[in-house]
Amino acid sequence: MNGAEITQLFDYLFMVMLLFIGLAIIRLQNLFAVVMLTGVYSLIAAAWFVSLSAADVAITEAAVGAGISTVLLLAAMLLTSGKAKPTTAFRHWAALVVMTAAGAAVFYALGDLPIYGAADSPANTGVGMDYITRTPEEINIPNVVTAVLASYRGFDTMGEVFVVFAAGVGVALLLNLSGRGKREEDN
Amino acid sequence: MNPYVVLRVVSKLLIPIIFLFGFYVHFHGEYSPGGGFSAGVVLGVGVILYALIFGMEAARKAVPPWWARIGMAMGAFIFAGVGFVSMFMGGNFLGYTALDPNGTYLGQHIGIIAVEFGVLMSVTAVIIAIFYAFAGRERAGGTAED
Repeated sequence: MNGAEITQLFDYLFMVMLLFIGLAIIRLQNLFAVVMLTGVYSLIAAAWFVSLSAADVAITEAAVGAGISTVLLLAAMLLTSGKAKPTTAFRHWAALVVMTAAGAAVFYALGDLPIYGAADSPANTGVGMDYITRTPEEINIPNVVTAVLASYRGFDTMGEVFVVFAAGVGVALLLNLSGRGKREEDN
Repeated sequence: MNPYVVLRVVSKLLIPIIFLFGFYVHFHGEYSPGGGFSAGVVLGVGVILYALIFGMEAARKAVPPWWARIGMAMGAFIFAGVGFVSMFMGGNFLGYTALDPNGTYLGQHIGIIAVEFGVLMSVTAVIIAIFYAFAGRERAGGTAED
């Protein structure tokens, strides 16, 4: 068994773990356990990204998904009750129908995807190859991901920063950033 | 203040290391995985951990909320500012090569570092701001834990 097959085994293992954690999150009513499990989900997803050699995505997923969103969800949970309201049977069936339809569409489209790790897949032949060959000549930094993120696609990244800024301003406006001050007048 | 001595001592040891790691992820982003986004989250988490262990009052003294407010805007401003500076120096918007008059790699390196610094600032500030906003709220019918 060579290295590629072992990492592929890891991929399947991580996917099965993600599936079971997802099912557990659906079944649980205790919100604290759900928040913790979403953190575990992100951590396993990060490990999966490492096994897919996407280290930049993995480090962000570990920091954002497992770290910050867990803390923020816990902080939000303090403001509400610790248990989810039981959903009605009708909503369960409606969700099942929608998910079955969406899943069937995904599986139908699966045949058009390139084979795992194929050298002639669009991601490996098109603009991606171009960035890899041009980064040493034009930008001269070892991490191509940073070169693409900050320089070639700098405009996209600027948009992302503005989205983050807008999110921060939105939350600050909704929840009163200083956290004090106006509270007496609010209530 | 958290009553558990172990948590206090361990987090006191960990918080400087978290910050150091955040800066490592940021400044080593040209050579290894990482960059402004993930580093900003790590720095924000350091502040949040401090707030969780030592209380909101201490955290507000260490990182005042107005820092977060100004940091959010400054980060986005720096990013767009680099774009305009490179435009005024004769290049395209965010075309960093124009930042170096001699047209070497230096312009790209300056541009990437400046832009990533803007990302770091904005992301750190937004995370701290969102946490302050959540943690400063009172629970309906009760008091928050700060």
